[in-house]
Amino acid sequence: MTEEKKSAYTHTQPTIRTPLGAARGLGSAKEGAHHWWMQRVSAIALVPLSLYWLSYLPHLTSSNYADFLGWIGAPATAIVAILFVIASFYHAALGIQVIIEDYIISEGLKIATLLLNKFTFFALAAACIFSIAYISFTHGHMTP
Amino acid sequence: MANDSRPLSPHLQIYRWQITMTLSILHRVTGFGLGLGALLVTWWLMAAAQGEERFNTFQAFAHSPIGKLMIFGWVWSFVFHFLNGIRHLVWDTGRGFTIKQAANSAWFVLILSVVGALVIWCAARGGV
Repeated sequence: MTEEKKSAYTHTQPTIRTPLGAARGLGSAKEGAHHWWMQRVSAIALVPLSLYWLSYLPHLTSSNYADFLGWIGAPATAIVAILFVIASFYHAALGIQVIIEDYIISEGLKIATLLLNKFTFFALAAACIFSIAYISFTHGHMTP
Repeated sequence: MANDSRPLSPHLQIYRWQITMTLSILHRVTGFGLGLGALLVTWWLMAAAQGEERFNTFQAFAHSPIGKLMIFGWVWSFVFHFLNGIRHLVWDTGRGFTIKQAANSAWFVLILSVVGALVIWCAARGGV
């Protein structure tokens, strides 16, 4: 904590800084409620997106290559799959961010790990979305 | 940043075991495990896009004992994190915060997650 922030925070000296100004930049995440809120938004989105797969379990776990491609590549399945990947990988990146912020104390290592976390999930999501789209455009049946 | 004069909060070892803290820990553990599961999902979808040979390699792993164990762990983690996540969303509305309610919902989620994972596992046996 810097001297300036400390004095504003504890009000030991006269200051024109507001309590909000003093609080900004503090806390493990250095930000406000956006992370918390987006975690909830992605969680709520994942409720119906997860339940969708329950009625398609035999397709989802099919070992037959042609059947699996035809099913995952069909427009409705492919769109839900892409939405699921976006919501779940984003939710995972947000969740693992909190774990990193909680347990990694060293500031440099923390920033490096936070970047690695974000980059990894964005890369994995891009790979999944590209794969689904590629299958859909090359093998997908037009039903359902 | 470190300031040694600031007090430390007590950690896990001083508390009596409670079901609610078990679920809190499990929520984080399963969440982290599911994050690792993103690697499996990516492998699976990329393998499917890359051709039958790669897809069969994935299928061989999924049907191996270690693959089955990992996927079952992942299925249970998903069901647990899903149900406990809904428990958290209910808490976000300000409901269910009495000690009795929190303990009851914890046991409910824990038992239902095991039952749900077994039901999904059996229902998917046609494929896996």
